[in-house]
Amino acid sequence: MSDYFSGYLVVAILIALGVVFVASAFAANRLIRPNAPTVEKLTTYECGVDPVGEGWAQTHLRYYIYAYLFVVFAVDAVYLFPWATVFAAPGYGVTTLVEMGVFLGFLAVGIVYAWRKGVLRWT
Amino acid sequence: MSEVLDVAVRLVAVLAAFLVLPLAVGQAEHKVMAHMQSRLGPMYAGGFHGWLQLVADGVKFVQKEDTVPAAADRTIFRLAPGIALVPYLVALVAVPIGPGLVGQDLDLGLFFVLAVMSVGVVGTLMAGWASANKYALLGGMRTAAQLLAYELPFVLAAASVAMAAGTLSLTGIVDAWEPWWLLWQLPGAIVFFVAGLAELARPPFDMPVADSEIVFGPYTEYGGLRFAFFLLAEYAGIVLLCALTAVLFLGGWKGPWSGEIGWIWTLAKTMALALVVIWFRVAFPRLREDQLQRLAWTVLVPLALAQLALTGVIAVL
Repeated sequence: MSDYFSGYLVVAILIALGVVFVASAFAANRLIRPNAPTVEKLTTYECGVDPVGEGWAQTHLRYYIYAYLFVVFAVDAVYLFPWATVFAAPGYGVTTLVEMGVFLGFLAVGIVYAWRKGVLRWT
Repeated sequence: MSEVLDVAVRLVAVLAAFLVLPLAVGQAEHKVMAHMQSRLGPMYAGGFHGWLQLVADGVKFVQKEDTVPAAADRTIFRLAPGIALVPYLVALVAVPIGPGLVGQDLDLGLFFVLAVMSVGVVGTLMAGWASANKYALLGGMRTAAQLLAYELPFVLAAASVAMAAGTLSLTGIVDAWEPWWLLWQLPGAIVFFVAGLAELARPPFDMPVADSEIVFGPYTEYGGLRFAFFLLAEYAGIVLLCALTAVLFLGGWKGPWSGEIGWIWTLAKTMALALVVIWFRVAFPRLREDQLQRLAWTVLVPLALAQLALTGVIAVL
């Protein structure tokens, strides 16, 4: 296995270590905590008053529109990273920069469009 | 054999840092906030200025009864704290504190840390959904909306540093760093730090846990060890954000005598930033949900894009 992937092997070991840490903490917790559930104790706390209706209530999430904006921009932003490591290298230079300028320009126009459409504020 | 031992030592060091540094930040928050608000803070546990308070809290959390509401989605409810906590541990592995002093130097370090850090929010979203509690659900949705809004300026500001350094390796970025970047990358640094605070839902961006309107948001139904894990995740997130800001924008281990005491510089910069995080909590009132979204989309994103343009032009010319 190459060095490149062996680096991620260490990451995988650390993930396993983290899972073991959480699991053993809960195992220890199980050994030393009391366990005496009652119906009242297991009621949803909510704000301290007995809950009315069920918990998964319907609400109007006005910020769902941001999710669309985000998907567009985040997918684009990922392309910045591979580009960022080479754009200043010999043989790339101004042309590469202008290309990325066009790319970012499209992003910026997208935001301006959303802004002008009044998506970014609500009353 | 020595290679295995080396990896083991590094992993144990990462785990130790993950368990100790957040507590140090928590303790600092107790005392610094108290002094900023002209009160004492915890003073009794351990005798000297309440230094054992967090340990006492930990003991209390560990032996507290574990209640899962009958109406909750039990499996997801139980899993959520772990999913909120582990990503911060994993991200810490790629953050260097000195030349060679790093859990694992990854080529894609910056990208890896940004990606893994965002996973923690899924835990909070799961908690909000699984609690079967209207306020928790609202809080969880707010957390998600906050991540969506602030992830973009966060990533763009980080990309600006990658452009300046020409590498995604965090060690490589510090090696390429020069003092005048403090000025050159200043807008990016501010955007990165503020957006990071917002992703962690730290005050003044603590809308998801706004106690005056939605009780304690996604964590309302939690108690005992599960609640403690969410708290630990918050403070681990602060450590990670401050360490990243120090490494990306403040030159990590660079400073006078960096050959001998480089790692002390990194830790000192990290802790100084952590104090700023605490200071923010005391100094600013909470932003309203729409203000919070507007700050991200109309201030931070344009600022980050401008920083990208500036970085590109200066790096090429």
